[in-house]
Amino acid sequence: MNAASARLAPAISRSVLAVPGMHCAGCMGKVERALVAVPGVASARANLTARTIAVDHTDAVEIPTLVAALAGAGFAAEPREDVLEPPSATRELLAPLAVAGFACMNVMLLSVSVWSGADGSTRDLFHWLSALIGAPAILYAGQPFFRSAWAALKRGRTNMDVPISIGVTLATGLSCYETLTGGKEAWFDGTLMLLLFLLAGRALDAMMRDRARAGVAALLRQAASGAMIIGADGQLRWTAAAALVPGMLMRVAAGERLAADGEIASGTGRFDQSLLTGESAPVPAGPGQRVLAGMLNLDAPVDVIVTAAGQGTALAEIAQAMEAAGQAKSAFVRIADRASRLYAPAVHTLAALSFAGWLIAGASFHQALVVGIAVLIITCPCALGLAVPVAQVVAAGALLKQGVMVKDGSAIERLAKVDRVLLDKTGTLTMGRPVPDAAVLDALSEEEASVALALASHSRHPLSQALALALAARDVRAATIEQVQETSGRGVSAMWRGLAVSLGRPAQSVGTSAALAIGAGPVRLIGFADRLRPDAKTALADLAGLGIQASILSGDNAAAVMVIARETGLTGQAAALPADKLDAIQRLQRAGKCVLMVGDGINDGPALAAADASIAPGSASDVGRQAADFVFTGDSLLALPRAVRASRRTMRVVRENFAAAILYNAFAVPLAMAGLVTPLMAAIAMATSSLIVVANSLRLTGAAR
Amino acid sequence: MTSILILIPIALGMGLLGLVAFFWALRGGQFADLDGAAARILIDEDQPL
Repeated sequence: MNAASARLAPAISRSVLAVPGMHCAGCMGKVERALVAVPGVASARANLTARTIAVDHTDAVEIPTLVAALAGAGFAAEPREDVLEPPSATRELLAPLAVAGFACMNVMLLSVSVWSGADGSTRDLFHWLSALIGAPAILYAGQPFFRSAWAALKRGRTNMDVPISIGVTLATGLSCYETLTGGKEAWFDGTLMLLLFLLAGRALDAMMRDRARAGVAALLRQAASGAMIIGADGQLRWTAAAALVPGMLMRVAAGERLAADGEIASGTGRFDQSLLTGESAPVPAGPGQRVLAGMLNLDAPVDVIVTAAGQGTALAEIAQAMEAAGQAKSAFVRIADRASRLYAPAVHTLAALSFAGWLIAGASFHQALVVGIAVLIITCPCALGLAVPVAQVVAAGALLKQGVMVKDGSAIERLAKVDRVLLDKTGTLTMGRPVPDAAVLDALSEEEASVALALASHSRHPLSQALALALAARDVRAATIEQVQETSGRGVSAMWRGLAVSLGRPAQSVGTSAALAIGAGPVRLIGFADRLRPDAKTALADLAGLGIQASILSGDNAAAVMVIARETGLTGQAAALPADKLDAIQRLQRAGKCVLMVGDGINDGPALAAADASIAPGSASDVGRQAADFVFTGDSLLALPRAVRASRRTMRVVRENFAAAILYNAFAVPLAMAGLVTPLMAAIAMATSSLIVVANSLRLTGAAR
Repeated sequence: MTSILILIPIALGMGLLGLVAFFWALRGGQFADLDGAAARILIDEDQPL
């Protein structure tokens, strides 16, 4: 790479591509090498956290060339859309963290000399130096807390940052006063250490959010949506979904999804609308009939006049319902904030009481103030500030290794409380794609199977592809066939050893099936059905073991739901519209249940947003992934009980952390109130309690197993 | 006492140098991809002979 960056061409521009499939060192190496090999590329640098690659290249190199080079290396890539780039809170915290760290270490160095007995002018000099380093550093590094506390106070509320800000400000003020008057004790070290630990907790929290969001955004970018538009000159042009306007004529090929709502102008096809309604059986539609964005064209190409695009589609309406439902969730109060609601008044009362108590007992104003501030500093929620984020970061990392992405720390808190789960059927409990009936495939003779594979592999129809995949998995060899012809909407026909063979739509059929005919022989009917995900039954049994009652909530018809309900032993609600799903969840919530929604489709979007916690499979629609709190990759449903178990363990550790912090206060506060706490003791107590909390949280490393 | 007058500025200067180095690294994007940095050590850049 060094050699490559050396041959700099005159005009270099930088492009950033999203490469969602990159997830290890090997991938990074392959991606970088593939791009550097392209003539005109000066350098390529992969970013594993954001799953992107930054390419410096001459203007002669175009982005499609880069995408093609990556495709050659086996990676799907897309130019990054900057709109999707999540704002990162980490960077803003790193600088204050570094300043606090620097100042803390240097002030501590000076403080150690004071503690070990420096006296007189030496002590004053050291205090002055501490003040010179500490005061500006505290002002700078404390900003995140001051800002948040001010915002909370303006709204008439209080949060964890209010006691922190008050404590920090008072302690700094007192220390400056002590320095000016040549006093014995300054608290710059303790204040800076407090800020350092708290900022570390915040930065960890922000980093976790970044990582999960980058992962989800990378998945989102995978789906390019647009349509082939037939221009006035009859030419086909690909147009992005955002640029579609009503009145345009779009050609939707078989196997393509509609990018906008419209009316069929010509052609007849069957459409899979499972994304919108959850219904798995295809619906036929002909000229004049309405089709909706998100539907999948199964058969023949059709021309559709766009009637609504972008925000006007039925899809967009679902998105609006989702937004409204999601607002209820934002009312959830995180455990750290709940704790601080109790904590802040208690701390301030204690500090005020000790101040008043010492005054009454006859101490000087200055002496009473020192004791009051010592109470504030010793109770400052150092361990409390770390208690939640460290535990959640460790748990999220463990879950990520097991293929579960956590979008937000509060999602772990919400998932831990869940006692009811509703599962979507198509694409969630099941794979969401048709799989040929295994019994029928078993019954096929070797020759029939090889002909079927040959025919199926010549078609791009979803059923053919599923059949080809299943037969290939059985080690069937394809027969040699000639004169292959595919008639859209009917199937594939060919000649095999002088016999006419065909694979296509049966004359009469129940459910989804394909007919295989060889010469004049009997027609074989191959049924297709959506299959349960692997481990679905084990996962459901695990959930039941965790005390979570499960049921199906599907938009599909009753017959299809019944098959799955019988197989899994769950009760189910069928033919539920997006609004019905939302309603079902709200009904359960009103009954006092904490509901987990597992779904993938756009039709699940509002329900995912409204549920207390939600999980979507990685294969879910963009909307599903965006609305869900967790996204699991891989096929196995075992991710559900795993995520629940990990969340519960996390919350147990968080509660232990709180208990440790409270226990520490129970010892330290009486000492502080008695006026016995010195800056040295405060520093030791703070560091010890923080280390205990971090060590306890690290026990969660294996929580997701 | 005089030694302190020399030693303390040296200590502070060195600390400050570290802080400046960190800001330089932060600005240069060295903290932009922590996962990638961890994985990069495994990339075998050398061609096998």
